[in-house]
Amino acid sequence: MSTQSNAMSESFQSQSVAPAVMPATRALYWSVRRELWENRSIYIAPLAVAAVALFAFLISAIAGIWEKALKLDPAQSREAVAMPYDMAAGLMMLTGILVSVFYCLDALYGERRDRSILFWKSLPVSDVTTVLAKASIPLVILPLLTFAITVAMQWIMLFVSSAVLLVSGQSAAALWTKLSLFRMSLLLLYHILTAHAIWPFPLYCWLLLVSGWPRRATFLWAALPLVAIAGVEKIAFHTSHFAAMVGSRIIGAATGIAFTQGDMFPTGPMTHITPGRFLISPGLWIGLAVAAAFLAAAVRLRRSQGPI
Amino acid sequence: MACIEARGLRKSFGTTIALDGIDLRVEEGRIVGLIGPNGAGKTTALDAILGLTPHQGELKVLGRDPWTERDQLMRDVCFIADVAVLPRWIRVSQALDYVAGVHPRFDRTKAEGFLVKTTIKPSSKVRELSKGMVVQLHLALVMAIDAKLLVLDEPTLGLDILYRKQFYDSLLNDYYDRSRTIVVTTHQVEEVQHVLTDLMFIQHGRIVLNCSMEEVESRYLEVMVHPEQVAAARALKPMHERELIGRNILLFDRVDRQQLAALGEVRTPSITDLFVAVIGNQAGQAQGAAR
Repeated sequence: MSTQSNAMSESFQSQSVAPAVMPATRALYWSVRRELWENRSIYIAPLAVAAVALFAFLISAIAGIWEKALKLDPAQSREAVAMPYDMAAGLMMLTGILVSVFYCLDALYGERRDRSILFWKSLPVSDVTTVLAKASIPLVILPLLTFAITVAMQWIMLFVSSAVLLVSGQSAAALWTKLSLFRMSLLLLYHILTAHAIWPFPLYCWLLLVSGWPRRATFLWAALPLVAIAGVEKIAFHTSHFAAMVGSRIIGAATGIAFTQGDMFPTGPMTHITPGRFLISPGLWIGLAVAAAFLAAAVRLRRSQGPI
Repeated sequence: MACIEARGLRKSFGTTIALDGIDLRVEEGRIVGLIGPNGAGKTTALDAILGLTPHQGELKVLGRDPWTERDQLMRDVCFIADVAVLPRWIRVSQALDYVAGVHPRFDRTKAEGFLVKTTIKPSSKVRELSKGMVVQLHLALVMAIDAKLLVLDEPTLGLDILYRKQFYDSLLNDYYDRSRTIVVTTHQVEEVQHVLTDLMFIQHGRIVLNCSMEEVESRYLEVMVHPEQVAAARALKPMHERELIGRNILLFDRVDRQQLAALGEVRTPSITDLFVAVIGNQAGQAQGAAR
């Protein structure tokens, strides 16, 4: 930024007309990248939890606790062998939910608090693009990330336990036949997308919408209306449909619709997926319509909001 | 086509009127200083121009309605709101990546060229930079965008004198090329005095003065009146009078220079003095009306 420079002539050269149109997907792509830069917990939290789960598994492998599962009779053995894998996957999904909730509560709040909204709004990125990029984190990015990290973690677990068996002079064949990781992974992906991304999406959109409104205490603003509606319903009509509905969105009640469940975990051998039933369930489409309404409101809100 | 055109621009927050029917027209290639006391409506006017706040009345910026077409408008408009709007977590390289990613008129090499002349490292985060360096970074980003209109709202607030000087020097030497338009608000009036082509005073949501700098020079004259001539000078109806080290200084609007020269030393008033005269008079009138 020296004052003595030949930049004057440079600026004349650059006057040649640049193409003023950019595909909307490009702005969306960079907006999602921006979210990942800003909220590093999106990938750090699942990685940290995966590392902790692996550490715990390592203890059980070295101590020989886990090997006992192989020696049970065949019916119990499969479940016992797969248990740590399913538990670890469950831990990862729980992490995904927590990260999504805290991400959404901060999504439209953080940029107002640190005044950077004025910078973002000085660039040719529409409010629709920004809100969609933020909504894609709990709907697409986090589920896929959770899935990828979980699968990688499970394969490491499998190799660790195989190594432990081989070192102690046993065959790892029994372990590999009892555990069908490919099938489990496909079921896991389907489970994460239906029960942890699409089904609770209206709730995430609600949190996203609320994050664009208050000056502080976004969690209160998000939670109190839900508590109030549930309370009014209970007192006035002695029913609790609203609370049940919200609860079912949180804990992934979609499992009952998207699967016929024969096992404790949706990745068990007796489970069958029923995507047709999931696709025609009114709950799915009502939820998506509500989510779309929340997102539209969030776009309007972001347009009129400035720094706080 | 005018760069900015407003007719009857109004905006109120509850019962507070921030903009009270503003008419203005900014032509292409001008550097306009929007000067006013605190709470006069400067920032609200800029917010309306940038599509950050809804408004009543007619407003077109580069032929577009800023409130409904902000994202398209921002291809041709840049703004530096104030010192601390770059996100603190972003790295310099990420900021370059992002702007290059979303802005069709951003020239990355040019921005990097500006940054090389500073001590800012590409791997630094904004939170690690000093206030002056953050402004240098923001200015480097903005100057590398081939925009038609640049809006600056108190761009040098809180900077030390070196950075402030450098800011306007860079802007004039490396950016301004007579086809771009710049609108700037600031309290540090004396710094922009020699930069501006046009001057606008705003008070209580109204434009109280709107003229080019040539007009300022031809219209307004300040006379340090000889003590014995004070009565004669007052008879010419000065718009403002002040005392400095025992001498009376009178400011006249559209009074013949020859005539004034007979009364004392004549010179063009500084923007600061003109501001005090215009805004002070307005305040005086308002008080008079209240009584």
